[in-house]
Amino acid sequence: MTVDLGIVKAKRSVAGRILDFFGKGVMNVVLIIVAVFWLVPTIGLFLSSLRSSTDNSQSGWWTVFTRPAQLTIENYTNLLGNSQFMGSFLNTIEITVPATILVVVIGSLAGYAFAWIRFPGRDWLLVVVIVLLAVPLQVSLIPIARLYGSIGLFGSILGVILFHTAYGLPFAIFLLRNFFTQIPGEMLEAARIDGASEWRIFARIILPLGLPAIASLSIFQFLWTWNDMLVALIFTNATSQPVTVAIQSQLRQFGANIDILSAGAFLSMIIPLIVFFAFQRFFVSALLAGSTK
Amino acid sequence: MSTATVPARAPKRGGVTVAASGSNRPSRSRARRSLLTAIIFLAPALFLLGVLIGYPVVYSVWRSLFDASGDNFVGGANYATMFTDPATFVAIRNNVIWVIVAPITCTVLGLIFAVLMNRIRWATAFKLIIFMPMAISMVASGVIFRTLFQENPDLGAVNAGLVSVHSAFSGGSAYPGARPRDDSGLEGTGGSIRSSTSVPTGGSQNFPLVGILGSTLPAGATDAVEAPTAKPTDISGTVWLDFVKGGGGTNGQVGDGKKGLPGVTVDAIDASGAVVASATTANDGTYDITGLASGSYRVGLPATNFAAAYSGVSWLGPTLVTAVIILAYVWIWAGFSMVMIASGLSAMDISLQEAARIDGANEWQVFRRITAPLLSPVLIVVFITLIINVLKIFDLVYVIPPGSSLPDATVIAVQLWTVSFGGGNDQGLGSALAIFLLILVLPFMIINVRRFRMEREQ
Repeated sequence: MTVDLGIVKAKRSVAGRILDFFGKGVMNVVLIIVAVFWLVPTIGLFLSSLRSSTDNSQSGWWTVFTRPAQLTIENYTNLLGNSQFMGSFLNTIEITVPATILVVVIGSLAGYAFAWIRFPGRDWLLVVVIVLLAVPLQVSLIPIARLYGSIGLFGSILGVILFHTAYGLPFAIFLLRNFFTQIPGEMLEAARIDGASEWRIFARIILPLGLPAIASLSIFQFLWTWNDMLVALIFTNATSQPVTVAIQSQLRQFGANIDILSAGAFLSMIIPLIVFFAFQRFFVSALLAGSTK
Repeated sequence: MSTATVPARAPKRGGVTVAASGSNRPSRSRARRSLLTAIIFLAPALFLLGVLIGYPVVYSVWRSLFDASGDNFVGGANYATMFTDPATFVAIRNNVIWVIVAPITCTVLGLIFAVLMNRIRWATAFKLIIFMPMAISMVASGVIFRTLFQENPDLGAVNAGLVSVHSAFSGGSAYPGARPRDDSGLEGTGGSIRSSTSVPTGGSQNFPLVGILGSTLPAGATDAVEAPTAKPTDISGTVWLDFVKGGGGTNGQVGDGKKGLPGVTVDAIDASGAVVASATTANDGTYDITGLASGSYRVGLPATNFAAAYSGVSWLGPTLVTAVIILAYVWIWAGFSMVMIASGLSAMDISLQEAARIDGANEWQVFRRITAPLLSPVLIVVFITLIINVLKIFDLVYVIPPGSSLPDATVIAVQLWTVSFGGGNDQGLGSALAIFLLILVLPFMIINVRRFRMEREQ
């Protein structure tokens, strides 16, 4: 009898015991407090973006709870009419979309070669790719700034796209190669026996079956490129800069213009947040698949 | 696992035929053809990797051995400068702080969140809330944290919170800037105000004060009155604002609508300078210090009555700015480690733990001997990822500090930008910093390669 009780008691986990000690209510309260702390910064930014510059220079965003009348969409209408800001918004899209597509296309070609084509030095080359995974992109800034300067790519959107593509590739190759190797070899062998070319196998078997991994990679690369500032800060100019650089240069006169800044920052977050919430599962599996970037 | 590794490492079919029979023309041409296909499939990737990563590494090593102009070979001088120049040294020191603090904080928080999360019904919502900052750019996060931690408590939410907590505990009865009326027999020393002479028990001591705005008095303040005559063991008196709006009244005398100062602490101080008793003024400014042993005392108003109002902490100043930036980083990356660890936990086979418990192991033993070792691969991956990431940190450090405290917050990547693009124009030193960063990451590259090889041999 006592022995039985002992076992039942011992079966409860550490977390279970903590739970019993504090009670479920306390656990919920603690996690609600944590969640509120995590949400407040973003909510504060959002509320600031809905207040006029006068209000923002005199009081904090929390006063909207006592004086909701101050809310206005003026900052957003101003920004949408600001051609320079909207230009930088377009630049972000013009950089992010091609950089994502290029990484997916080039990465899946290389991933297929590493997974299913036998050639001398393949394992050695794969180790090189894994080494490149951790190279800090700062190493390339100075040499590529010189190179782009001499071939006329400096200040162009193409230069930024190529840079992001190159630094996205090691992760893309690693992720896709790992996924492609799990595709049953009999399918490819059967296709080869039927006389299908490597191109055909790649397009008809690998790409459709590899779609989950390609989706993960796309989400990851999209968010990565969209949110970059450093690369664009160096390789773009006033007409080709993306929204992150535009916000950053506004920060230089910080204090006077938190309303523009908060509205701009919030606008720049909307698309990544939509992508994130819609495809969260793919983003997580990209992180799980090879988190070394 | 086996499906993932066997086809990749065992080139049985084509490989063996090629090696065994060089004269076998069909398979030789097949091998040649697959080499050609491989080259075509790999060419775009290898070209971009070679030009944009491979060449820059080699060039940076070479460039780091030359001076700012790039014409004169200086050997290791740039590397020596890196450790002797105060600005770059601060950057290296800050990077060390970052690497020690940020990855551990993120991993521990992620572990706690991941374990606790399973116990609540709204786990999915909680996960999304903590994970969401990963989708936001570091620039936007920087704007968020810079606004939150502004010094002005009317604008920065954190200081606003601190100030309201502080005034809730200190009663909010401070009279900053108050000083005694001249020739009133009072002296002000080190922020406190006291009587110039000793007052015998049963006597009284008044405090006519100036230097306070009438409009800032507490709402409860009423007209000041003379305190009733003190008992033999007491000292009494009045503390008031000795000023009548629009003029009039007699200096040093109550009346004419002068307001008493409520909530002021009044101390009786003996000959040795020790406070023996104290009292607090009423709404009309009167006080009565009771229970004094017969004798004479100096009567004083301690400095706490007059301290300047608490206005929060200078978060973005030189000393705390790095802590704020690391906090912003933790806000972003704790969700990453939480998600990674949660998936490690959910993939775990709990039958081992159950068996150990039946064999009589206690919870700590189960955690130390089974759960922790099973979870350690995930924890290591999270930790290494965060270290690599923290070493390269740039955006947050570039965005959050105001210009005046950037030199105190700087890290290697920011310093690299500053010396080579942000005005320094010394790409020799910049290249040396880049190579230094690469060297710091090198051990983790080796770990990555080892991990990869081990996985393949399983």
